[in-house]
Amino acid sequence: MTVLPGSVAANSHCFNNPRKGGSDLEGGTGYPRFSWCGDACLVAEFGDKIDPLINSMVRDLDLRIRGLKLPWLVETVPTYRSLAVYVDPWDSPREEVELAVTSLAREVKAKTMPSVAVVEIPVCYGGDFGPDLERVSMYTALGPDDIIRLHSSKLYRVYMMGFTPGFPYLGGMDPRLETPRLEDPRTLIPAGSVGIAGKQTGIYPIASPGGWNIIGRTPLVLFDPAGASPFLLEAGMEIRFVPVTGERFEEILSGNGA
Amino acid sequence: MERDGLSVEIISPGVLSTVQDLGRYGFQAFGMPVAGALDRYSLMVGNLVVGNDLRSAGLEITISGPELLFRSERLVCITGGDLSPKINDRDVPVWQGLMLHEKDVLSFGGARNRGARSWICIGGGIDTPPVMGSRSTYLRGGLGGHEGRRLERGDILPLGAPDIFSRRGEGFVVPRELRQNYIERPVIRVIPDPREALIAPEGVECFYTSSYRIGPDSDRMGYRLQGPLIRHKESPDMISDAVPWGAIQVPGNGLPIIMMADCQTTGGYPKIAGVISADLGLLSMMLPGDHLSFRRCAVTEAADASRALKGDLERVRVLLADHRSRPGAPSLGIPADNGAMLLKFGGEIFDVTWRII
Repeated sequence: MTVLPGSVAANSHCFNNPRKGGSDLEGGTGYPRFSWCGDACLVAEFGDKIDPLINSMVRDLDLRIRGLKLPWLVETVPTYRSLAVYVDPWDSPREEVELAVTSLAREVKAKTMPSVAVVEIPVCYGGDFGPDLERVSMYTALGPDDIIRLHSSKLYRVYMMGFTPGFPYLGGMDPRLETPRLEDPRTLIPAGSVGIAGKQTGIYPIASPGGWNIIGRTPLVLFDPAGASPFLLEAGMEIRFVPVTGERFEEILSGNGA
Repeated sequence: MERDGLSVEIISPGVLSTVQDLGRYGFQAFGMPVAGALDRYSLMVGNLVVGNDLRSAGLEITISGPELLFRSERLVCITGGDLSPKINDRDVPVWQGLMLHEKDVLSFGGARNRGARSWICIGGGIDTPPVMGSRSTYLRGGLGGHEGRRLERGDILPLGAPDIFSRRGEGFVVPRELRQNYIERPVIRVIPDPREALIAPEGVECFYTSSYRIGPDSDRMGYRLQGPLIRHKESPDMISDAVPWGAIQVPGNGLPIIMMADCQTTGGYPKIAGVISADLGLLSMMLPGDHLSFRRCAVTEAADASRALKGDLERVRVLLADHRSRPGAPSLGIPADNGAMLLKFGGEIFDVTWRII
């Protein structure tokens, strides 16, 4: 078996060229870049910004690693620009993990990955479901109808999931909708709430506290722990918000319960 | 079959008692925290002693333990810290196979500066319905364990069927050197994180040379530390990425937070370092107000430490096998004809045709 220089990750906590013995963080500007985050997680980074192409490379590596059924692999977590590869710290051949991840990462091509699926998310905007639509309107100087039109006209990429179970980090919001977070976060935001925070938009999958500007709510269930597939969304999907009336919201909601 | 008898009733819940196993893996990519016992080693040793699969669920108890009424005869092993366990008001030791009979009450006198948490492993394991492949309670998500929450008075926890050799672990004592012991002012080993580059050099220096105290608002999600402030180079904000258990984040206020088993899967604060897996159990023993400090270590040292811990577990397995095979060990069952045995558990008789080869 080819063995990586064992001292690479030991002496410098970041390496980007294992075959040459690695380089430290200051010296290494090249990507992909690899580092251990604790002893149970090897991270491969493809860049340092939120960018569809960089995120595609993360997904590409994720699919390659998950496709191999590696015995030491616990799970992977794709993020905007990096892939976290979790291994069993008690029982993983560290050199083998490094070799597998670094060599697979080098095969990754800088090309946009096709979307996994486009999911339509019905949203009832404004009213009780969107208490901050007014606030966004005041901040952006756009009328509520324009906000709804702009928010529902785009395709959003699910870059990553995190924060709470089933929460999608979305990219692609119209910059005209940018609104800062509430100064005083709410203690409880109902599940399904759709909000805007700075440059981001997102959906709360479970009731939780939060400081986002809530502009509407979807009747869809994003997270159902008892379900056969507990999560509606995954990284790599694209979503589109579809405005619906309060009546339609109730119809879909009762359909969920059936 | 009547199952009511195969259970444990919570007479009083203690400060914080939850059902935990080795964690819920496979869903971090969807934002699901792993949860699970804060000390995997203690849970595994306890499970081993009572004859369970290492992945069986036990009870994680905190500071002052619960009071449990056993409705079924079971072997129990309490690992982790010493919260002064008692059976029917009589003091009993931790890290030992203890037989509890029907109607026995297991209670706790509280921590005596010997660790903040214990794990109660019961022969057969706690048989609450698994959620997404695990029985671990994820408190903030309200799922897993017993109805997704901490235990309350009157809760009844179902138990699984014990291993046929479970009882033979009675009287087995885990040697002191193979226990997860409480250490005062531990030096926790960490692997530096590349995001250390976002921290000012004097901030990094400060982190490794200072003593930190565990803050009062620390829980299974994270330990907030109190002590000297760690300065960032510029902004503390970065693009969110993965946050493993043990990662030490430094948010804008300069006070580090150690992410624990219930931590969110992703986060946007710079990580200065990550606690090695083998030292996570030491953290589980600590209480708010306790002091700790940090020492840099290499990934190779972390791997050696994990290997040592795995070796300890194997050593317990060997010693237990020896204990179980002793002729003086409590008898397992009534010999039946044909090399089979009749086994008696909790008033029920199973006819198990198990040939001794």
